[in-house]
Amino acid sequence: MQWGSVSEFVAMGGYGLYVWSSFGVTALCLLWEVLALRRRHAAAIAGARESILDQGMGQ
Amino acid sequence: MMGLARINWFKYSSPQAFYPLAGRMMPWFAAAATLLIGVGLYIGFFVAPTDFQQGQSYRIIFVHVPAAWMSMFLYVVMAMWAGLGLGLNARPSFMMAQAIAPTGALFTFLALVTGAMWGKPTWGAWWVWDARLTSELILLFLYGGVLLLRASIDDPRRADRASAVFALVGVVNVPIIYFSVRWWNTLHQGASVSMTTAPKMAATMLTAMLVMTLGFWMYSIAVTLVRMRCVILERDRQSSWVTHHSHREAVEVH
Repeated sequence: MQWGSVSEFVAMGGYGLYVWSSFGVTALCLLWEVLALRRRHAAAIAGARESILDQGMGQ
Repeated sequence: MMGLARINWFKYSSPQAFYPLAGRMMPWFAAAATLLIGVGLYIGFFVAPTDFQQGQSYRIIFVHVPAAWMSMFLYVVMAMWAGLGLGLNARPSFMMAQAIAPTGALFTFLALVTGAMWGKPTWGAWWVWDARLTSELILLFLYGGVLLLRASIDDPRRADRASAVFALVGVVNVPIIYFSVRWWNTLHQGASVSMTTAPKMAATMLTAMLVMTLGFWMYSIAVTLVRMRCVILERDRQSSWVTHHSHREAVEVH
């Protein structure tokens, strides 16, 4: 391991901004996708239930 | 005629069987993705040595290359499902293509953004109109075209066919991206990994990159399975088996 301290690790040899932005934006995007899918799935279940109720009313 | 109408044809097609199966498989892929990405990050940041030319900025490779590989790989897989859908007129194949597209677009976006963050300290520019970068940008537009075609056509069957044809035509761009660093004199560096020559990077660097790629792959499968479940529910909400599942899941959620 090449890191003497936490601040050295954070600094990334002067490239910290670029390195951490790259990993940060990737983490945010993947997390966003997971959360958006969770919402979409819940909405899809709710939508399916609704159309069932509609069908029931029609019969 | 009445007899035919009464049969629940949907019972015999695969979305019904696939929906619960996807739900059972998803957590395993999600767990594998978490583990692999964790291990990949550990090797990438704590085991892999400093690059003698680029210093620490090279560590962007551990997220940039896996994202770029997934962007191309997912496009090819999406196009294969689209082609299968067109050839067999198989609706579940079109649904698979539909479920893959957004994740492929996301990884293309990430490849471009992390590339810009690597380009700035390395070349002094966020963006250059280099063959590799330009063809990857075209890939983002192709994903955009697939998604827009789907969104703009109301009839799902017509949307399936239109976006499938578009996806298939666009697949020619993938080898162009891959070979761009060889065919043109690009600022972008050559292939990091080659089947024919010995690796140009330290073994631990290569390991971190491959483990991260595997992690992104497992992630892609997990989110595609969830999106497939969404697509199935959204498109088949009129069928009776969806009734059954949505009742049961609503109970589980509350």
